[in-house]
Amino acid sequence: MTSLTLTHAKFQILETFRIPIAVIGSSFWPAASMLAFVVPFAGDDPQGATYATASMITFAVMSTNLFQYGIGVSEDRVQPWDPYVRTLPVGAFPRFAGRIISGLCLMVFALLPVVLIAAFLTAATVTPLEFLAAAGVTALIAVPFILMGLSIGYSLPSKAAIVVAQVLFFPLAFAGGLMTAPGGAPGFVEDLAPYLPTGGAVRLMWAAVGDYPVSLGSVASLIAWTVVLAAVAAWAYRRDEGRRFS
Amino acid sequence: MILARTVEVTRRYGDTLALDRVSLDVTAGELVGLLGPNGAGKSTLVNLLIGIRRPTSGVVELCGGDPRLPASRRLLGVTPQETGLPASLRVGEVVDFVRAHYADPMTRDELLDRFGLTDLVRRQTGGLSGGQKRRVAVALAFLGKPRIVFLDEPTTGLDVEARRSLWEGIRSFHTDGGTVVLTSHYLEEVEALAQRVVVIGGGRVLADDTVPAIRGLVAIRRVSLTSDASLPQLDGVINVERDGDRLHLITPDSDQLVRDLVRHDVAFTDLEVRPTSLEEAFLTLTEAPAMETAR
Repeated sequence: MTSLTLTHAKFQILETFRIPIAVIGSSFWPAASMLAFVVPFAGDDPQGATYATASMITFAVMSTNLFQYGIGVSEDRVQPWDPYVRTLPVGAFPRFAGRIISGLCLMVFALLPVVLIAAFLTAATVTPLEFLAAAGVTALIAVPFILMGLSIGYSLPSKAAIVVAQVLFFPLAFAGGLMTAPGGAPGFVEDLAPYLPTGGAVRLMWAAVGDYPVSLGSVASLIAWTVVLAAVAAWAYRRDEGRRFS
Repeated sequence: MILARTVEVTRRYGDTLALDRVSLDVTAGELVGLLGPNGAGKSTLVNLLIGIRRPTSGVVELCGGDPRLPASRRLLGVTPQETGLPASLRVGEVVDFVRAHYADPMTRDELLDRFGLTDLVRRQTGGLSGGQKRRVAVALAFLGKPRIVFLDEPTTGLDVEARRSLWEGIRSFHTDGGTVVLTSHYLEEVEALAQRVVVIGGGRVLADDTVPAIRGLVAIRRVSLTSDASLPQLDGVINVERDGDRLHLITPDSDQLVRDLVRHDVAFTDLEVRPTSLEEAFLTLTEAPAMETAR
């Protein structure tokens, strides 16, 4: 089973990296947002810049995965290759796990420019230990968003998937507190954010790169979101029959 | 031993009834042709048996289990009706990917050699011709050394030579004990390969018999002629269609019909006799109410 996971991961990665513009494209938007929003507004304050970079990484993790999987999977599903793969003796788990691994590999490339910009163009600083913690947390928080993307991708046709991903991503970013400094969001956002996947994720990131306190409730709700989204994605995968006719 | 079976299977797409209480057993070692007009339900039946779709009601079994479970598909090989290979991957990579799913597959070289694809191993599938893609798609069905393969219109888009060589491959798989379920709307293809023919129409099994028996059932001809005369009473004419001054007569005995036309001194030009398509044959021959809804 694990070797099948690696097989699926390997071929996902091969397919993605055969089209280099897709890799470059995925790193463009986070880098551009860094330059447009973080560098001019929070660049000089070491703590502010570090938290802002952590927020930007969370934002990039969410949007990349939501769009890549939400839209990518729903487009794949109508190609004849996907129903063919369903006839192979493989279940949902190796396919999902393979997509998660390949998604994490792509994210290394997507986030590298953000990290470089933070290091060279802002006052953001982290210790080596904090850097490793942040890298680990980035991989962890990617999982619920990959699963969210898979849930959308496997349950909706591609045109609907685009709309749903777009409608979801801004409110999730805002209400999760990604647009504001820690503690700087409007009151209702501060109350709600820890229990949203975005808010839970960014709080973990802040804790990894600074002194932000880890809240158990927030971590627990992030785990709960991950479990729920995994269940939704698996359910959507099982009931999917490719193209739907009526 | 039964490798694939449906029991009273019904499948609806919204209001459309694609399969209507179909029961079918495929035993080990059989080479079954599924025949029927487009939209008859052939592909739906195949998709249920290979685990892509679920029945609305009834039971579907593959190798003794639910085809939706991966374990039931360990000895299954499939060529879908539509060829879709990941365009950016090379042929050899696609083979490696599919190969990784089976316990005891053929080697990559063995498969490519057997299907004459060795030259294509380094090519990206997006750059192959339609026929080459089709040959790769058919070869993949045999990669896992399956006990049963489902080939959905396997030779669509192939030239005559490629088609023959593919038939040869299917026959040799069957000779070695493999079980084949083949769909086609070409009677010729089913005749060349199958021993047993199941005719599907309007979501039902219309006939399930040997090749000679089915051939007899559909051996009817369409006799077309241009004439403005009114026709006399002719024996053995199943159906008459009029298209301007062009008449199309459907009959099981075209020789006798032509003799009768001449004997009755009917003035005609542009006589043409040709085999009916299966669709015409079954629409004409089958008076089952199911066929009416299939129109």
